[in-house]
Amino acid sequence: MRHLLTPRAILLASALAIAPAAWAETPADTLVVAHTIDDIISLDPAQSFEFSGNDVNQNTYDRLVDFDPMDMEAGFKPSLAESWEVSEDGMSITFRMREGVKFHSGNPVRAEDAAWSLQRAVQLNLTPAFILTQFGFTADNVEDKITFDDTSLTLHLDKPYAPSFVLNCLTANVASVVDKETVMANAGDDLGNTWLSNNAAGSGPYTLTAWRPNEAVQLAAFEEYWQGAPTMKRVIVRNVQESSAQRLLLEQGDIDVARNLSPTDVDSIASVEGVKIQDEPRGRILYMGLNQKDPVLSNPAVIEAMKHLVDYDGIAGSFLKGMFVPHQSFLPSGYLGALDDNPWTYDVEKAKKLIDDAGMSGKTIVTKVRDLREYTDVAQALQASMAQAGLTLEIQQMTGAQVLDAYRAREVPVFIGEWGPDYSDPNTNAATFAFNPDNSDEAKATGLLAWRNAYAVPQAMNEATLAATLEQDAEKRAQMYIDIQKQYQAEAPIVPLFQRIEPTGLRENVQNWNSGRSVASVMYRQVTKGE
Amino acid sequence: MPDTDGGAAAPPPDHRAAARRRRVRSIGGTLLSLVLTMLGLLLVTFIIGRVMPIDPVLKVVGDRATQAQYDAAYQAMGLDQPLYVQFARYLGDVLTCDFGRSISTGQPVVNDILRVFPATFELATLGTLIGVFVGVPLGVVAAARRGGIVDQVARVVALVGYSMPIFWLGLMGLLLFYGILGWVGGPGRQGIIYDGMVPTVTGLILVDSLIAGDWAAFKDAFSHIILPASLLGYYSLAYISRMTRSFMLEQLSAEYITTARVKGLSERAVIWRHAFRNISIPLVTVIALSFGSLLEGSVLTEIIFSWPGLGQYITKALLSGDMSAVLGGTVVIGTCFVALNLLSDILYRFLDPRSK
Repeated sequence: MRHLLTPRAILLASALAIAPAAWAETPADTLVVAHTIDDIISLDPAQSFEFSGNDVNQNTYDRLVDFDPMDMEAGFKPSLAESWEVSEDGMSITFRMREGVKFHSGNPVRAEDAAWSLQRAVQLNLTPAFILTQFGFTADNVEDKITFDDTSLTLHLDKPYAPSFVLNCLTANVASVVDKETVMANAGDDLGNTWLSNNAAGSGPYTLTAWRPNEAVQLAAFEEYWQGAPTMKRVIVRNVQESSAQRLLLEQGDIDVARNLSPTDVDSIASVEGVKIQDEPRGRILYMGLNQKDPVLSNPAVIEAMKHLVDYDGIAGSFLKGMFVPHQSFLPSGYLGALDDNPWTYDVEKAKKLIDDAGMSGKTIVTKVRDLREYTDVAQALQASMAQAGLTLEIQQMTGAQVLDAYRAREVPVFIGEWGPDYSDPNTNAATFAFNPDNSDEAKATGLLAWRNAYAVPQAMNEATLAATLEQDAEKRAQMYIDIQKQYQAEAPIVPLFQRIEPTGLRENVQNWNSGRSVASVMYRQVTKGE
Repeated sequence: MPDTDGGAAAPPPDHRAAARRRRVRSIGGTLLSLVLTMLGLLLVTFIIGRVMPIDPVLKVVGDRATQAQYDAAYQAMGLDQPLYVQFARYLGDVLTCDFGRSISTGQPVVNDILRVFPATFELATLGTLIGVFVGVPLGVVAAARRGGIVDQVARVVALVGYSMPIFWLGLMGLLLFYGILGWVGGPGRQGIIYDGMVPTVTGLILVDSLIAGDWAAFKDAFSHIILPASLLGYYSLAYISRMTRSFMLEQLSAEYITTARVKGLSERAVIWRHAFRNISIPLVTVIALSFGSLLEGSVLTEIIFSWPGLGQYITKALLSGDMSAVLGGTVVIGTCFVALNLLSDILYRFLDPRSK
């Protein structure tokens, strides 16, 4: 009989009492989100590099600097670090830690924890570690390069980097501050990597109560959060793959937020009472990469022609409607130094003339495209306009993994796909689109988009990209990126086409939803549900 | 006649020993062929997985990894070893019940399967039950009243079941019964408020909620499972009812049936006691096969109903080159088929007097 009195039984009884119908509303203090979360491999901030994993960590951890969900345009703001100071020579940055902040475990957040968190990310050297190691930290030197005392932490850099560059990188998930004592108590000999893959030890607004792979993530509000306890006491993220299923759940009020609605479902849900759609620009750029190993595509006239063979407005207004907007520069809007010029127009006549004059008419190109509807649709539109201009494009559809393999081996002639920034600084895209110091096959710079497309970036542009990481003045730095992008638009064979827009379906009463815009991951602490 | 009876009751001792030896040998043979089947299954899956043009290392380290990170992971996964060494090592692990770690969830494959298989098992069992309890009577009646109304209806039902794409039926079912009528729960195994409320014992939520005595949780889980289970049930019903009908027609045209009718037995007794008893053996095979194919997990149904089952798990693993997960899943499916075969063998013994 005892079990009848458990909180579970009481909760169930009350739930039954208030929810007899199928049209049940979600509880007022609970946010229920439907999302595709089957990409999570690990929840360790030093390892997670997937969208959904970062979505979780954004809320369970704090970083030295963070974005304010209610004021994203302001850029990074003090978080666990109250303030910072750059040394005269620009070679070190000292952060003063905020006092009185606690981890979920109750342990105080110390400079030691922050330093250890960064050090362990460098030492573990997993996928996202490059965000930190690009400042000269290595597993061997990191304990000398990241130092701390009772109240402050100092980063000793190998070059006088732009402070905005360093601080933007510190907003990344890999720079999350981890509770050293708790992790060490549970860690094996892997600096807690295995344990943190399934658990959270942070100071963020939410604690992790459950993660079942491919199924659900549950978060509970951290009542002692230093910026005030979040309004939503529970956040449940359910893995729902089908857009139509998400739509039904949202219409029925069984969920509050649907994050993967297809354009069709967005259209038809817009008229449903009690539901609203919120569009947010995200950081991902859909681009066309023209492989310079291809004899046709390496012809400058063909490169120029291809830029006129994409029906930017037509595509964005039809099958990519509500998913992408035209965007022809490699920095997404919302970034420092973003360029919003769209110089190219759809002009088949002009392209045909360029191709004819170059003697390239009648050539055939065989390419591989990932079997994702957005990409194949763009490829087919391109195929049609190329045919009008005298070029034949043959498309082989295959899985994402297969295309990626070939792309990394420099074997995709016309690549149609997306690039998502790794951190919120312009260098993340500049360093891959506009930087390629060694274009030989032996260089194996598989991480660089320029290398994958065999684009020998001019020396001046390589240098400009490096120089921009060192510019101390943020305004001058922004101008440098604008200049690089203009030159890029003029000559590069990698052609940014569109920027991702993410529509989120919300119940009418959900306020202040923020998927993270182009620079961060989703944030829940400011979300409220009105009447 | 008495002679044969006496002989069966007391066979000579050496005859009995020979029979026992034969039985042992046949069990040994069955076991051996089972082991060989499983080994072959694993080998083929393993080779397909390795020759697939998908790089599992990329899945682990991500697209942006440096060459050094890539190489480290490549070695850690043992991919630098020759294929036969990799396979031998894998077999050794499997024998100790270690199926490795899935690279798409980061969890041990055993844990993953213990989580996803009950979801599929629950759905497949309910689906098969529906298929059997509706399909068999439908098939029998259709055969008994050949060309009648029931036969025509059964034919249309089966045809629609065979030809309708399951994702379309699933979506329409959701739209109608969940979206418009509100009779059943939406996608997922449970309503949100029940999520994680029932302690996991078997992993079958219907059973677990009964064990916990949570009647409300049971009702909720039932309202979520009934639609996808009916859908799967419909498909197995289509198959089972057609097979039942053709088995029955074969029996009903046999001479012993005519004899029975001539002897004045009621039609009911003729159909159920005589004809039906004789088709029960092939029917068991049909049902076992249909159950087995549902146990593989129906990917489309699972995706539409957000059902975290085996089908989705294996498909996703296959697409990301996650061989540990694929092989683990293959072992489970293989074991299921073997177990079902054994089970139908045992059922034969009960149903077929000759095998006693």
